[in-house]
Amino acid sequence: MPDWFYYLLQQLLNGLTVGSTYALIAIGYTMVYGIIGMINFAHGEVYMIGSYIAFIVLAALALMGIESLPLLIIGALLVSMVVTSAYGYSIERVAYRPLRGGNRLIPLISAIGMSIFLQNLVRLAQGSRDIAMPNLVRGGLDIGPATGFHATLSYMQIIIFVVTLISMTLLTLFITRSRMGRACRACAEDLKMTNLLGINTNAIIALTFVIGAALAAVAGVLLGMYYGVINPYIGFMAGLKAFTAAVLGGIGSIPGAVLGGLLLGVAEAMTSGYFSAEYKDVVAFSVLILVLLFRPSGILGRPEVEKV
Amino acid sequence: MMRNLKPALISAVVVVILSGLLMGIRLSQQGTSLVLVGAGADVAVKIAGAALFIFLFNLFRDQLTALWLKVPALPRTPAAFSILAARPAAHRLFWCFLIAAALIWPFLTNRSNIDLATLVLIYVMLGLGLNIVVGLAGLLDLGYVGFYAVGAYTYALLAMYFGIGFWTGLVAAGAMAALFGFLLGFPVLRLRGDYLAIVTLGFGEIIRILLNNFTSLTNGPNGIGNIPKPELFGLEFSRRASEGAQTFHEFFGITFNSVHRVMFLYFLALLLVLLTLFVINRLLRMPVGRAWEALREDEVACRSLGINPTAVKLNAFTIGATFAGFAGCFFAARQGFISPESFTFIESAIILAIVVLGGMGSQLGVILAAIIMTLLPEVARQFDEYRMLLFGLLMVLMMIWRPQGLLPMKRPHMELRT
Amino acid sequence: MSAATPLLDVSGLCMRFGGLLAVNDVALQVHEHQIVSLIGPNGAGKTTVFNCLTGFYKPSAGSIRFRGEEVSGVPGFKLARKGMVRTFQHVRLFKQMSVVENLLVAQHHHMNTNMLAGLLKTPGFRRSEKEALERAAQWLERTGLLEFANRTAGTLAYGQQRRLEIARCMVTRPTLLMLDEPAAGLNPRETADLQELIAELRGEHGLTILLIEHDMKLVMGISDHVVVINQGCPLAAGSPEEVCRNPDVIKAYLGET
Repeated sequence: MPDWFYYLLQQLLNGLTVGSTYALIAIGYTMVYGIIGMINFAHGEVYMIGSYIAFIVLAALALMGIESLPLLIIGALLVSMVVTSAYGYSIERVAYRPLRGGNRLIPLISAIGMSIFLQNLVRLAQGSRDIAMPNLVRGGLDIGPATGFHATLSYMQIIIFVVTLISMTLLTLFITRSRMGRACRACAEDLKMTNLLGINTNAIIALTFVIGAALAAVAGVLLGMYYGVINPYIGFMAGLKAFTAAVLGGIGSIPGAVLGGLLLGVAEAMTSGYFSAEYKDVVAFSVLILVLLFRPSGILGRPEVEKV
Repeated sequence: MMRNLKPALISAVVVVILSGLLMGIRLSQQGTSLVLVGAGADVAVKIAGAALFIFLFNLFRDQLTALWLKVPALPRTPAAFSILAARPAAHRLFWCFLIAAALIWPFLTNRSNIDLATLVLIYVMLGLGLNIVVGLAGLLDLGYVGFYAVGAYTYALLAMYFGIGFWTGLVAAGAMAALFGFLLGFPVLRLRGDYLAIVTLGFGEIIRILLNNFTSLTNGPNGIGNIPKPELFGLEFSRRASEGAQTFHEFFGITFNSVHRVMFLYFLALLLVLLTLFVINRLLRMPVGRAWEALREDEVACRSLGINPTAVKLNAFTIGATFAGFAGCFFAARQGFISPESFTFIESAIILAIVVLGGMGSQLGVILAAIIMTLLPEVARQFDEYRMLLFGLLMVLMMIWRPQGLLPMKRPHMELRT
Repeated sequence: MSAATPLLDVSGLCMRFGGLLAVNDVALQVHEHQIVSLIGPNGAGKTTVFNCLTGFYKPSAGSIRFRGEEVSGVPGFKLARKGMVRTFQHVRLFKQMSVVENLLVAQHHHMNTNMLAGLLKTPGFRRSEKEALERAAQWLERTGLLEFANRTAGTLAYGQQRRLEIARCMVTRPTLLMLDEPAAGLNPRETADLQELIAELRGEHGLTILLIEHDMKLVMGISDHVVVINQGCPLAAGSPEEVCRNPDVIKAYLGET
């Protein structure tokens, strides 16, 4: 195989790694949108908080002398999922629930306020400087010739794929098999009707925020470990990109969010691999605008039928 | 009360989960390793206090609601203002008085106050411009700062490369921002409101990223300096005139005083604000102003009556962008130096907070909010660090308790006289 | 235009939502100055047909010709400008705006919307505003709403809102007025007034009217032609008497016996 092939493969692997975490965040957008038809603007901040909690837990466990990698990762995942769930729940209670049913602009603005608030809360509590963590997972699998040019699939990337896959499988099982999951799907179809049938839709809406937040925490833990650097402002970009992924795949559709996340991740990796890393953020927005222009319902979304 | 015990307990626990780790422990970098620092007893006390407060609040929420209902309702609009709004003559008199005060005031105060007032006026202009988009047309534009940046850089670049003056630059900046607004609005305004919010947010970021990375043209993060100051009919406000020009103090035969320039800038900003106010007041009484309100109420009905929603929204979006362009040009001229740092999302958020606080669609409210938002951080320096935190909180609370803003105003309704 | 070409000529109209065929091969012709009614049991697809005709849905198949011009797929606001204007099953007024402003908004594209003219209050702009107000007053008088001109539209009684919606259509100067269940929720007296109003619109203002209605008395009283659809498919068409006697129609309305 020629060198260019391994270069391409490497970009593809990097893209899929980042893309699968975008997908995790995008699921949060898409689920909330599917049920209440609104964008959770503060979702990116939840991801950022997830990263911070992960770093705190990892540092704390390291101080306690725990060095087993699975234990470290599971500990970080669990704690940060619990904390971000509380954030997701609170965002819904404070910024969305009191404002449901009025002018659509109002919850949107309150959610933006919430996003600014959370970002600055973390900035005040943790400082605005970058926090770096040494790599916990080193090394990887070489693909291609041992000497010369080859692609590398790092162990961290493998962990990201595995954890993402497990989270998504659990989510799918929950939605398709459990009673709550069925209620969620019913709410997405028709919120008012589901409420009339005696299901506590308030609880279901809160639950979608919580699930979305927990998945964002998973992404926060994984990406935090992958990049090794966090600051209070990472939520802004990540949120925007995950939203783009959700729109690309078709907002409201969970498989769409996954597909969109992966595609966006690959598109970004290709841009930074073949053009310039500085423009990879521009790619996301260009994709967003192009999708909205030519196929606003996304790849897997249903076109919206207006109720006249 | 016992009924509320469980939810109250849950809320208190949630507060502890929310803040315990994130506030209670601080990550700190020591060399290459990461260490944890306990945040200290005061933070623990604060968290406990917050949890207790939430617990009690939820426990007694029924009683509190009852108590709240007993409190006489706040007037929807302060009485003085509703009288004002009702009587056009009083309304006009009030505005004349306000303008007169704004004209006389700089002669009575000192240089730094005038300078601060000029800053306030820039935010008034931005707030009024964004209010056309958000308050009147009901479109949430989160990338307003992008148009502000386009305006500022248009003037700065044209001045740097082609040596044009402020007044030409002002027109060019407005036109350029309008063009950007048009090009961006055209594809996205057909879509639902929340998409617009995200796309504009992305647009603001793209502009900043491009300004940062197009180093050959924009000088990147280092910014552009030596942007020419505005002049009055060719009269410069400097100590010595540049070649072939004349200075203000020479022309009028007075001694040079640097306050003149500060005052001139103030009056210029005032002029721009008055222009903005005039335009908005006319827009409200024009078919397009009515169409905006109709569109906010029922887009389907509008379409059935032959109104093209995209075109009408595009009007608002472009007009709003134009004012941001004017403000950007003035900002560049006043500062003399601009860099992408001045055009972050925070700016957009502050402008939006001004609109939200003032009241969507209300001019007087926006002016008041711009004054509050700009002066508060100046007055209370120690407050500066918490500024954005409080802005965020304010936006949430305003939406919950008073979405119509501090001084809501209704559009002047057209009357049929028979 | 020769008298033979219908004002509105619909043929083979189909509308599919995913797997559901809501409208199947519906044909409809409306000649100038006619009053045509589209009737059918609940859920027959009448409003869907309306939404296709007025550009709110893009029909999956079929042709819609207005004055001989193919208009299927043309956006709603353009159709309205061509003279096809509709009302809604559930009244859609601008409730926060005043009654007269509702009528001014409706005249938007007939008015001087030039930005500069408006900003500078040119004579042309003033004239256009004055004319719009006069036209609004004229129609308010015609529909008996003149005394409410400066009231907020949402505060009107239901019957008045219905009439305001028709007045709002009329100020756009339509040639084809499409009414979606105009008598729904009206009492018999108001329905009688409505019938009179519709007859007058046709008689005095030379309008062509397409009507969806459930009130059989109203339909039979004023229609020149009636089209019946059932479950999205055309069932019968003809004069009111013919349709009344048609066994298929009776079966569709009363069920199999």
